[in-house]
Amino acid sequence: MSAPALEVQDLHAYYGESHVLQGVDLVVRPGEAVALIGRNGAGKTTTISAIAGFLRPRQGTVRINGRNLTGAPAHWVARAGVALVPQGRRIFGDLSVRENLAIAGRPAANGWDEARVVELFPSLGRRLGLRGDQLSGGEQQMLAVGRALMRNPSLLLLDEPSEGLAPMLVEEVGETLVRLRATGLPLLLVEQNLGLATRVGQRVHVMNKGTIVFTGTPVELAAARDVEARYLGV
Amino acid sequence: MSPELLFQQALNGLSFGALLFILAAGLSLVFGMMDVVNLAHGAFYMLGAYVALTVVQFTGSFWLALAAAPVALGALGLAIEPLLLRHLRGRHLDQVLLTIGVSLVIVDQIGLIWGREVRSLPFPPGLDGTVVLIGGVYPVYRLFVIAFGVALAAVIAVIYRRTKLGMLIRAGVEDAEMLGALGVNTDRLFALTFAVGAALAGLAGVIAAPVFGLQPGMDVDALLYSLVVVVVGGLGTLGGAVAGSVLVGPVDTFGKVLFQEFALAVIFAIVALVLLFKPTGLLGRIRIAR
Repeated sequence: MSAPALEVQDLHAYYGESHVLQGVDLVVRPGEAVALIGRNGAGKTTTISAIAGFLRPRQGTVRINGRNLTGAPAHWVARAGVALVPQGRRIFGDLSVRENLAIAGRPAANGWDEARVVELFPSLGRRLGLRGDQLSGGEQQMLAVGRALMRNPSLLLLDEPSEGLAPMLVEEVGETLVRLRATGLPLLLVEQNLGLATRVGQRVHVMNKGTIVFTGTPVELAAARDVEARYLGV
Repeated sequence: MSPELLFQQALNGLSFGALLFILAAGLSLVFGMMDVVNLAHGAFYMLGAYVALTVVQFTGSFWLALAAAPVALGALGLAIEPLLLRHLRGRHLDQVLLTIGVSLVIVDQIGLIWGREVRSLPFPPGLDGTVVLIGGVYPVYRLFVIAFGVALAAVIAVIYRRTKLGMLIRAGVEDAEMLGALGVNTDRLFALTFAVGAALAGLAGVIAAPVFGLQPGMDVDALLYSLVVVVVGGLGTLGGAVAGSVLVGPVDTFGKVLFQEFALAVIFAIVALVLLFKPTGLLGRIRIAR
């Protein structure tokens, strides 16, 4: 059996003095979509930051396709095949849509390029010449996903892609992610939106106070009423 | 003020503004990309002038000096960033202390190597004469400084807007961390940025030397004016450096003619007004802290 796309073991991380991650274990298998949910402040974004190389963990390991990349700088992680759709989208506002895609470009045979991204998000095709900061929130989210795909990743990390979007657009994001899942691209989706997380994720991790408190399929999560009540506030 | 004098002073102001642009462009680039206010920028400028002095003494060629000084300063910047500055990323106060320290060391070494008396760099042959413009004689070299500043701004603008490097710079100024997540080695980009900033300071030092001479204290003047330019124009943007220098150069020149010793007060009045009504500078963009 091939190595997991992502394997996080006993990850501990701090912001200053506060112990934000207190031993996170997490696996994304080849071709699998995993959702990570939890309340604000549970440590979801910190987990993503530690995987992506924005934040150096104090303890634990991060393996990407079997390679140990614990504490590696962000560009190493990216070059190992990880692409990130960050919280708040972080589109380059001073760059055109076309440039936002080109700057991420990592050509691969039969891989993602501008034409394929436009095929996935036709509305971006009509905006290629506009500056990133002239796009609407929904378009920026599409661009953030498109930019990540331009890396031709072997693992896609998404941090709250539904944030600040109208319900109809959240629906669209979900549809896109289900389509990406079908291509066999491993996904780790961090979400507060339970509906989106369970629609996309084949397995769901629930996070609370810096640790994973529940792991299971969406069906198992729905059955575990106490988990929802205690950790998700629904 | 007679029309001839007015015209001459306007040209002087533009010439000073062009010099300020060369000087401030590097400071602004380093701030925009790396979030570092490099207080050694004035010392880099001073060192550029003294390197030029030595090159001219040995080779007699101003043009060789104009090429050599930026290369030397670029190499120095390329060494300082990974050796010293990189370890203080995100620690603003420590960066301030470090860059002040670097500037003290450089200025002291200049004193030891070149001495502390006032030196001068001759005008390059061909640009040492005067021309008659609107009834007055005017030094050719100052016109050259204006042309050089405009040409440099044009070259930088093309690089900025039309090249892959320019795309990386614009993206890095906005969000360097995100650039790292897209596979760009930001360590290398930052070292290169700091080197280019130092090289531009050195270039400004060579250009300024024939006009203002070389002496202790020139580093502080240069740093002060370049800080004023980037604050007025807007930190971290090329347009801001242009706007700031085109405003500050003439205002300072006319201030010195009209108010003599109060000229500096005029400059700081401008700074105060800009900060009061447009705290991001004339063309500055709001930076969102993460």
